[in-house]
Amino acid sequence: MIISVASGKGGTGKTTVAVNLALSLAENSLAVRFLDCDVEEPDAHIFLKPKIELTKQVGIPVPEIDESKCSYCGKCSEVCEFNAIVVINPAKDSKEKNSSTASREVKKKVLTFYELCHGCGGCSLFCPQEAITEVDREIGVVEGGKSRGIDFFQGRLNIGEPMAVPLIRKVKQYADNNKITIIDVSPGTSCPVVESVRKSDFCILVTEPTPFGLNDLKLAVEVLRKLKIPFGLVLNQFDIGDEKVYNYCNEEKVPLLLKIPFDKRIAVAYSKGIPLVKELPEYKEKFWGLYKRIRKESQIE
Amino acid sequence: MKIAITAKGNNLDSELDETFAHCEYFLIIDLDTSEFEAIENPAKDALGGSGMQAVKIVSDKGIEAVIAGNVGPNAFKSLKDSGIKVYITVPQKVKDVLEEFKKGNLKESDNSTIHFGVIK
Repeated sequence: MIISVASGKGGTGKTTVAVNLALSLAENSLAVRFLDCDVEEPDAHIFLKPKIELTKQVGIPVPEIDESKCSYCGKCSEVCEFNAIVVINPAKDSKEKNSSTASREVKKKVLTFYELCHGCGGCSLFCPQEAITEVDREIGVVEGGKSRGIDFFQGRLNIGEPMAVPLIRKVKQYADNNKITIIDVSPGTSCPVVESVRKSDFCILVTEPTPFGLNDLKLAVEVLRKLKIPFGLVLNQFDIGDEKVYNYCNEEKVPLLLKIPFDKRIAVAYSKGIPLVKELPEYKEKFWGLYKRIRKESQIE
Repeated sequence: MKIAITAKGNNLDSELDETFAHCEYFLIIDLDTSEFEAIENPAKDALGGSGMQAVKIVSDKGIEAVIAGNVGPNAFKSLKDSGIKVYITVPQKVKDVLEEFKKGNLKESDNSTIHFGVIK
Protein backbone atom coordinates (compact mmCIF):
# COMPACT_ATOMS: atom_id res chain seq x y z
CA MET A 1 0.00 0.00 0.00
CA ILE A 2 1.30 3.44 -0.93
CA ILE A 3 0.26 6.43 1.17
CA SER A 4 1.45 9.87 0.14
CA VAL A 5 1.41 12.92 2.39
CA ALA A 6 0.89 16.20 0.57
CA SER A 7 -0.50 19.68 1.05
CA GLY A 8 -1.13 22.71 -1.07
CA LYS A 9 0.39 25.03 1.47
CA GLY A 10 3.93 24.71 2.77
CA GLY A 11 4.76 24.36 6.45
CA THR A 12 1.51 22.72 7.47
CA GLY A 13 3.08 19.57 8.92
CA LYS A 14 3.49 17.08 6.07
CA THR A 15 6.79 15.77 7.32
CA THR A 16 5.49 15.60 10.90
CA VAL A 17 2.53 13.49 9.79
CA ALA A 18 4.57 11.31 7.42
CA VAL A 19 7.35 10.60 9.93
CA ASN A 20 5.06 9.88 12.87
CA LEU A 21 2.75 7.71 10.84
CA ALA A 22 5.77 5.70 9.66
CA LEU A 23 7.12 5.33 13.21
CA SER A 24 3.73 4.30 14.60
CA LEU A 25 3.33 1.62 11.95
CA ALA A 26 6.87 0.32 12.48
CA GLU A 27 6.19 0.07 16.23
CA ASN A 28 3.18 -2.09 15.42
CA SER A 29 5.57 -4.43 13.56
CA LEU A 30 4.41 -3.49 10.10
CA ALA A 31 6.97 -3.39 7.31
CA VAL A 32 7.38 0.28 6.43
CA ARG A 33 9.22 2.06 3.66
CA PHE A 34 9.67 5.82 3.78
CA LEU A 35 10.35 7.86 0.62
CA ASP A 36 11.19 11.53 0.98
CA CYS A 37 10.19 12.91 -2.42
CA ASP A 38 10.50 16.52 -1.31
CA VAL A 39 13.79 16.50 -3.18
CA GLU A 40 14.40 20.24 -3.05
CA GLU A 41 14.29 20.23 0.72
CA PRO A 42 14.33 16.68 2.10
CA ASP A 43 14.05 16.98 5.86
CA ALA A 44 12.48 13.76 7.15
CA HIS A 45 16.02 12.47 7.78
CA ILE A 46 16.34 15.02 10.58
CA PHE A 47 13.68 13.12 12.54
CA LEU A 48 14.33 9.59 11.33
CA LYS A 49 18.14 9.84 11.45
CA PRO A 50 18.77 6.96 9.03
CA LYS A 51 22.17 5.41 8.50
CA ILE A 52 22.75 6.05 4.78
CA GLU A 53 24.12 2.93 3.10
CA LEU A 54 23.28 3.57 -0.53
CA THR A 55 24.04 6.61 -2.67
CA LYS A 56 23.18 6.68 -6.35
CA GLN A 57 23.87 9.54 -8.74
CA VAL A 58 20.87 10.44 -10.87
CA GLY A 59 21.23 12.14 -14.21
CA ILE A 60 19.13 12.93 -17.25
CA PRO A 61 20.25 12.60 -20.87
CA VAL A 62 20.89 15.96 -22.53
CA PRO A 63 21.97 16.65 -26.13
CA GLU A 64 25.54 17.27 -27.15
CA ILE A 65 25.83 18.73 -30.62
CA ASP A 66 28.64 18.12 -33.05
CA GLU A 67 28.48 21.33 -35.05
CA SER A 68 30.82 19.93 -37.70
CA LYS A 69 27.99 17.56 -38.72
CA CYS A 70 25.14 20.05 -38.17
CA SER A 71 23.32 21.49 -41.18
CA TYR A 72 21.42 24.06 -39.07
CA CYS A 73 18.13 22.70 -40.39
CA GLY A 74 16.43 23.46 -37.07
CA LYS A 75 14.63 20.10 -36.73
CA CYS A 76 15.92 19.58 -33.15
CA SER A 77 14.66 22.96 -32.07
CA GLU A 78 11.30 22.33 -33.74
CA VAL A 79 10.65 19.09 -31.85
CA CYS A 80 11.78 20.44 -28.48
CA GLU A 81 8.67 21.15 -26.43
CA PHE A 82 10.69 23.09 -23.85
CA ASN A 83 12.80 25.28 -26.14
CA ALA A 84 16.00 23.79 -24.79
CA ILE A 85 17.66 24.03 -28.21
CA VAL A 86 17.79 27.10 -30.42
CA VAL A 87 19.20 27.00 -33.91
CA ILE A 88 20.28 30.36 -35.22
CA ASN A 89 20.33 30.35 -38.99
CA PRO A 90 20.16 33.86 -40.42
CA ALA A 91 20.45 32.54 -43.97
CA LYS A 92 16.99 30.98 -43.73
CA ASP A 93 15.15 34.17 -44.55
CA SER A 94 17.45 35.34 -47.32
CA LYS A 95 16.14 32.57 -49.57
CA GLU A 96 12.77 34.26 -49.88
CA LYS A 97 13.99 37.85 -49.93
CA ASN A 98 16.89 39.33 -51.83
CA SER A 99 20.19 38.22 -50.37
CA SER A 100 21.41 41.76 -49.66
CA THR A 101 19.40 41.71 -46.45
CA ALA A 102 21.24 38.63 -45.23
CA SER A 103 23.35 39.46 -42.26
CA ARG A 104 27.10 39.21 -42.47
CA GLU A 105 27.87 39.46 -38.79
CA VAL A 106 25.33 37.01 -37.44
CA LYS A 107 26.69 33.48 -37.16
CA LYS A 108 24.93 30.18 -37.61
CA LYS A 109 24.79 28.52 -34.25
CA VAL A 110 23.13 25.84 -32.13
CA LEU A 111 22.57 26.74 -28.49
CA THR A 112 21.46 24.30 -25.83
CA PHE A 113 19.96 25.16 -22.47
CA TYR A 114 20.38 22.12 -20.27
CA GLU A 115 18.23 23.47 -17.44
CA LEU A 116 15.25 23.49 -19.80
CA CYS A 117 15.90 19.98 -21.18
CA HIS A 118 13.56 17.26 -19.87
CA GLY A 119 15.71 14.49 -21.36
CA CYS A 120 13.16 13.08 -23.83
CA GLY A 121 15.73 12.38 -26.55
CA GLY A 122 13.54 13.78 -29.34
CA CYS A 123 16.26 16.03 -30.74
CA SER A 124 18.78 13.24 -31.31
CA LEU A 125 16.05 10.99 -32.74
CA PHE A 126 14.98 13.55 -35.34
CA CYS A 127 18.41 14.94 -36.28
CA PRO A 128 18.90 14.01 -39.97
CA GLN A 129 22.67 14.54 -39.71
CA GLU A 130 23.11 12.37 -36.61
CA ALA A 131 24.93 15.31 -35.10
CA ILE A 132 23.40 14.88 -31.65
CA THR A 133 24.53 12.43 -29.00
CA GLU A 134 23.08 12.20 -25.52
CA VAL A 135 25.25 12.78 -22.48
CA ASP A 136 24.31 12.37 -18.85
CA ARG A 137 23.79 15.48 -16.76
CA GLU A 138 23.72 14.87 -13.02
CA ILE A 139 20.73 16.43 -11.27
CA GLY A 140 20.98 14.88 -7.81
CA VAL A 141 21.30 11.71 -5.76
CA VAL A 142 19.09 9.02 -4.28
CA GLU A 143 20.13 7.90 -0.82
CA GLY A 144 18.90 4.93 1.13
CA GLY A 145 19.37 3.44 4.56
CA LYS A 146 17.70 2.04 7.66
CA SER A 147 16.13 3.89 10.52
CA ARG A 148 14.29 2.37 13.48
CA GLY A 149 13.16 -0.59 11.39
CA ILE A 150 12.05 1.63 8.52
CA ASP A 151 13.55 1.37 5.02
CA PHE A 152 14.42 4.95 4.28
CA PHE A 153 15.00 6.57 0.86
CA GLN A 154 15.33 10.17 -0.14
CA GLY A 155 16.17 12.24 -3.20
CA ARG A 156 18.49 15.20 -2.93
CA LEU A 157 18.35 17.58 -5.86
CA ASN A 158 21.50 19.54 -6.69
CA ILE A 159 21.37 23.14 -5.51
CA GLY A 160 19.96 25.45 -8.19
CA GLU A 161 18.67 22.50 -10.22
CA PRO A 162 15.14 23.05 -11.59
CA MET A 163 14.50 19.53 -12.92
CA ALA A 164 13.01 17.70 -9.91
CA VAL A 165 10.67 15.23 -11.60
CA PRO A 166 13.26 12.77 -13.03
CA LEU A 167 14.84 12.49 -9.57
CA ILE A 168 11.45 11.94 -7.89
CA ARG A 169 10.79 9.17 -10.41
CA LYS A 170 14.02 7.45 -9.32
CA VAL A 171 13.13 7.74 -5.63
CA LYS A 172 9.73 6.27 -6.38
CA GLN A 173 11.30 3.17 -7.92
CA TYR A 174 11.87 2.15 -4.31
CA ALA A 175 8.13 2.17 -3.53
CA ASP A 176 7.14 -1.32 -2.42
CA ASN A 177 3.55 -2.45 -2.62
CA ASN A 178 4.19 -5.36 -0.28
CA LYS A 179 5.16 -2.96 2.46
CA ILE A 180 3.48 0.21 3.58
CA THR A 181 5.23 2.89 1.58
CA ILE A 182 4.87 6.39 2.93
CA ILE A 183 5.78 9.24 0.59
CA ASP A 184 6.61 12.70 1.87
CA VAL A 185 5.66 15.11 -0.92
CA SER A 186 6.79 18.67 -1.59
CA PRO A 187 4.22 21.44 -1.04
CA GLY A 188 2.18 22.95 -3.86
CA THR A 189 0.38 21.46 -6.84
CA SER A 190 3.03 21.52 -9.56
CA CYS A 191 4.75 18.74 -11.54
CA PRO A 192 6.87 17.40 -8.62
CA VAL A 193 3.70 16.98 -6.54
CA VAL A 194 1.83 15.21 -9.33
CA GLU A 195 4.79 12.87 -9.89
CA SER A 196 5.12 12.16 -6.16
CA VAL A 197 1.47 11.32 -5.47
CA ARG A 198 0.88 9.44 -8.73
CA LYS A 199 -0.14 5.79 -8.18
CA SER A 200 -0.69 6.28 -4.45
CA ASP A 201 -3.47 4.18 -2.95
CA PHE A 202 -4.32 7.07 -0.67
CA CYS A 203 -3.18 10.63 -0.13
CA ILE A 204 -3.22 12.45 3.19
CA LEU A 205 -3.62 16.19 2.80
CA VAL A 206 -2.31 18.24 5.69
CA THR A 207 -3.51 21.76 6.27
CA GLU A 208 -4.26 24.35 8.93
CA PRO A 209 -7.57 26.20 9.45
CA THR A 210 -6.46 29.51 7.96
CA PRO A 211 -7.48 31.31 4.75
CA PHE A 212 -4.14 30.34 3.18
CA GLY A 213 -4.52 26.76 4.34
CA LEU A 214 -8.00 26.58 2.83
CA ASN A 215 -7.06 28.22 -0.47
CA ASP A 216 -4.19 25.80 -1.08
CA LEU A 217 -6.21 22.83 0.18
CA LYS A 218 -8.78 23.48 -2.54
CA LEU A 219 -6.05 23.45 -5.18
CA ALA A 220 -4.62 20.19 -3.84
CA VAL A 221 -8.09 18.59 -3.76
CA GLU A 222 -8.56 19.51 -7.42
CA VAL A 223 -5.30 17.80 -8.34
CA LEU A 224 -6.15 14.60 -6.45
CA ARG A 225 -9.63 14.43 -7.94
CA LYS A 226 -8.12 14.71 -11.41
CA LEU A 227 -5.66 11.94 -10.58
CA LYS A 228 -8.48 9.85 -9.04
CA ILE A 229 -6.58 9.25 -5.82
CA PRO A 230 -8.68 8.82 -2.66
CA PHE A 231 -7.76 11.33 0.01
CA GLY A 232 -8.56 12.69 3.43
CA LEU A 233 -7.51 15.57 5.62
CA VAL A 234 -5.29 15.94 8.65
CA LEU A 235 -5.94 19.28 10.27
CA ASN A 236 -2.91 20.62 12.08
CA GLN A 237 -3.20 23.33 14.75
CA PHE A 238 -6.95 22.75 14.52
CA ASP A 239 -7.73 24.96 17.51
CA ILE A 240 -6.55 28.20 15.89
CA GLY A 241 -7.83 30.01 12.79
CA ASP A 242 -11.41 29.92 11.58
CA GLU A 243 -14.26 27.58 10.62
CA LYS A 244 -13.89 27.76 6.86
CA VAL A 245 -11.81 24.62 6.39
CA TYR A 246 -14.42 22.64 8.38
CA ASN A 247 -17.23 24.08 6.27
CA TYR A 248 -15.36 23.25 3.09
CA CYS A 249 -14.81 19.64 4.23
CA ASN A 250 -18.51 19.28 5.00
CA GLU A 251 -19.60 20.70 1.68
CA GLU A 252 -17.07 18.77 -0.37
CA LYS A 253 -17.33 15.58 1.72
CA VAL A 254 -13.62 15.50 2.46
CA PRO A 255 -13.10 13.08 5.36
CA LEU A 256 -11.37 14.65 8.36
CA LEU A 257 -8.99 11.91 9.51
CA LEU A 258 -7.08 13.47 12.39
CA LYS A 259 -6.85 16.73 14.28
CA ILE A 260 -3.59 17.88 15.87
CA PRO A 261 -3.79 20.77 18.36
CA PHE A 262 -1.65 23.88 18.57
CA ASP A 263 0.63 22.67 21.35
CA LYS A 264 3.90 24.21 22.44
CA ARG A 265 5.29 20.76 23.40
CA ILE A 266 4.96 19.69 19.74
CA ALA A 267 6.87 22.75 18.58
CA VAL A 268 9.63 22.21 21.14
CA ALA A 269 10.11 18.55 20.13
CA TYR A 270 10.08 19.55 16.45
CA SER A 271 12.73 22.20 16.98
CA LYS A 272 14.99 19.55 18.52
CA GLY A 273 14.39 17.05 15.73
CA ILE A 274 12.54 14.67 18.06
CA PRO A 275 9.57 12.86 16.46
CA LEU A 276 6.25 13.70 18.09
CA VAL A 277 5.48 10.06 18.98
CA LYS A 278 8.76 9.80 20.89
CA GLU A 279 8.16 12.94 22.90
CA LEU A 280 4.40 12.51 23.40
CA PRO A 281 3.67 8.75 23.29
CA GLU A 282 -0.10 9.30 23.34
CA TYR A 283 0.23 10.21 19.66
CA LYS A 284 1.22 6.63 18.75
CA GLU A 285 -2.39 5.65 19.25
CA LYS A 286 -3.61 8.63 17.24
CA PHE A 287 -1.39 7.84 14.24
CA TRP A 288 -2.32 4.17 14.44
CA GLY A 289 -5.94 5.31 14.36
CA LEU A 290 -5.10 7.44 11.32
CA TYR A 291 -3.76 4.38 9.54
CA LYS A 292 -6.87 2.33 10.34
CA ARG A 293 -9.05 5.15 9.11
CA ILE A 294 -7.05 5.33 5.86
CA ARG A 295 -7.52 1.60 5.27
CA LYS A 296 -11.23 2.08 5.69
CA GLU A 297 -11.40 5.13 3.47
CA SER A 298 -9.37 3.53 0.71
CA GLN A 299 -11.46 0.35 1.09
CA ILE A 300 -8.53 -2.00 1.48
CA GLU A 301 -9.33 -4.56 4.14
CA MET B 1 20.28 45.68 -42.07
CA LYS B 2 17.26 44.23 -40.31
CA ILE B 3 16.40 44.77 -36.68
CA ALA B 4 13.67 43.55 -34.30
CA ILE B 5 11.85 45.82 -31.86
CA THR B 6 9.45 44.45 -29.25
CA ALA B 7 6.07 46.20 -29.44
CA LYS B 8 2.68 46.21 -27.75
CA GLY B 9 0.93 46.59 -31.12
CA ASN B 10 1.50 45.67 -34.73
CA ASN B 11 2.64 49.04 -36.10
CA LEU B 12 5.29 51.70 -35.60
CA ASP B 13 2.93 53.89 -33.54
CA SER B 14 2.73 51.19 -30.87
CA GLU B 15 4.53 51.43 -27.56
CA LEU B 16 7.72 49.48 -27.01
CA ASP B 17 6.93 46.25 -25.15
CA GLU B 18 9.25 46.01 -22.20
CA THR B 19 10.05 42.32 -22.10
CA PHE B 20 11.65 40.59 -25.02
CA ALA B 21 10.39 37.03 -24.48
CA HIS B 22 6.84 37.94 -23.43
CA CYS B 23 6.19 40.86 -25.77
CA GLU B 24 2.98 41.08 -27.81
CA TYR B 25 4.62 41.64 -31.21
CA PHE B 26 8.03 41.58 -32.80
CA LEU B 27 8.37 44.33 -35.38
CA ILE B 28 10.96 43.31 -37.94
CA ILE B 29 12.23 46.43 -39.65
CA ASP B 30 14.49 46.58 -42.67
CA LEU B 31 16.47 49.79 -42.30
CA ASP B 32 17.59 49.77 -45.93
CA THR B 33 14.15 49.46 -47.51
CA SER B 34 12.03 50.79 -44.59
CA GLU B 35 9.83 47.70 -44.98
CA PHE B 36 8.45 46.23 -41.82
CA GLU B 37 6.67 43.10 -40.69
CA ALA B 38 4.76 42.49 -37.45
CA ILE B 39 4.93 38.99 -35.94
CA GLU B 40 2.60 38.12 -33.10
CA ASN B 41 4.58 36.44 -30.31
CA PRO B 42 3.23 32.89 -29.84
CA ALA B 43 5.20 32.51 -26.60
CA LYS B 44 3.98 35.64 -24.85
CA ASP B 45 2.15 33.65 -22.16
CA ALA B 46 4.54 30.68 -22.00
CA LEU B 47 5.93 29.75 -18.62
CA GLY B 48 9.35 28.51 -19.59
CA GLY B 49 11.69 28.67 -22.52
CA SER B 50 9.89 31.61 -24.10
CA GLY B 51 13.19 33.47 -24.43
CA MET B 52 14.56 30.71 -26.65
CA GLN B 53 11.47 30.73 -28.80
CA ALA B 54 11.69 34.49 -29.20
CA VAL B 55 15.32 34.21 -30.23
CA LYS B 56 14.37 31.61 -32.82
CA ILE B 57 11.60 33.77 -34.27
CA VAL B 58 13.70 36.87 -34.69
CA SER B 59 16.91 35.12 -35.76
CA ASP B 60 15.03 33.25 -38.51
CA LYS B 61 14.27 36.69 -39.97
CA GLY B 62 17.95 37.40 -40.41
CA ILE B 63 18.06 40.33 -38.02
CA GLU B 64 21.29 41.83 -36.70
CA ALA B 65 19.98 43.68 -33.65
CA VAL B 66 17.21 43.45 -31.05
CA ILE B 67 15.78 46.45 -29.20
CA ALA B 68 13.68 45.79 -26.10
CA GLY B 69 13.03 47.10 -22.60
CA ASN B 70 14.39 43.97 -20.94
CA VAL B 71 16.04 40.77 -22.12
CA GLY B 72 16.27 37.69 -19.89
CA PRO B 73 19.54 35.84 -19.29
CA ASN B 74 19.04 32.83 -21.57
CA ALA B 75 17.76 34.93 -24.46
CA PHE B 76 20.54 37.44 -23.96
CA LYS B 77 23.19 34.75 -24.07
CA SER B 78 21.69 33.20 -27.22
CA LEU B 79 21.54 36.54 -29.03
CA LYS B 80 25.06 37.48 -28.00
CA ASP B 81 26.58 34.12 -28.85
CA SER B 82 25.17 34.25 -32.33
CA GLY B 83 26.39 37.81 -32.89
CA ILE B 84 23.02 39.57 -32.68
CA LYS B 85 23.40 42.90 -30.89
CA VAL B 86 21.08 43.80 -28.01
CA TYR B 87 19.94 47.34 -27.21
CA ILE B 88 17.94 48.19 -24.10
CA THR B 89 15.82 51.30 -23.94
CA VAL B 90 12.97 52.93 -22.00
CA PRO B 91 9.22 52.79 -22.81
CA GLN B 92 8.31 55.03 -25.75
CA LYS B 93 6.75 54.71 -29.18
CA VAL B 94 8.44 52.28 -31.54
CA LYS B 95 8.95 54.96 -34.21
CA ASP B 96 10.81 57.09 -31.65
CA VAL B 97 12.94 54.09 -30.68
CA LEU B 98 13.72 53.64 -34.35
CA GLU B 99 14.75 57.29 -34.74
CA GLU B 100 17.01 57.06 -31.70
CA PHE B 101 18.57 53.91 -33.09
CA LYS B 102 19.18 55.45 -36.51
CA LYS B 103 20.85 58.47 -34.90
CA GLY B 104 23.12 56.08 -33.01
CA ASN B 105 21.80 57.20 -29.62
CA LEU B 106 21.12 53.70 -28.28
CA LYS B 107 23.94 51.93 -26.49
CA GLU B 108 24.63 48.28 -27.01
CA SER B 109 23.95 46.30 -23.85
CA ASP B 110 26.41 43.75 -22.56
CA ASN B 111 24.35 42.44 -19.68
CA SER B 112 21.03 40.72 -19.27
CA THR B 113 18.58 43.00 -17.49
CA ILE B 114 16.33 40.52 -15.73
CA HIS B 115 16.80 37.23 -14.03
CA PHE B 116 13.45 35.50 -14.37
CA GLY B 117 14.96 32.71 -16.41
CA VAL B 118 17.19 29.93 -15.27
CA ILE B 119 20.82 30.85 -14.92
CA LYS B 120 23.52 28.23 -15.09
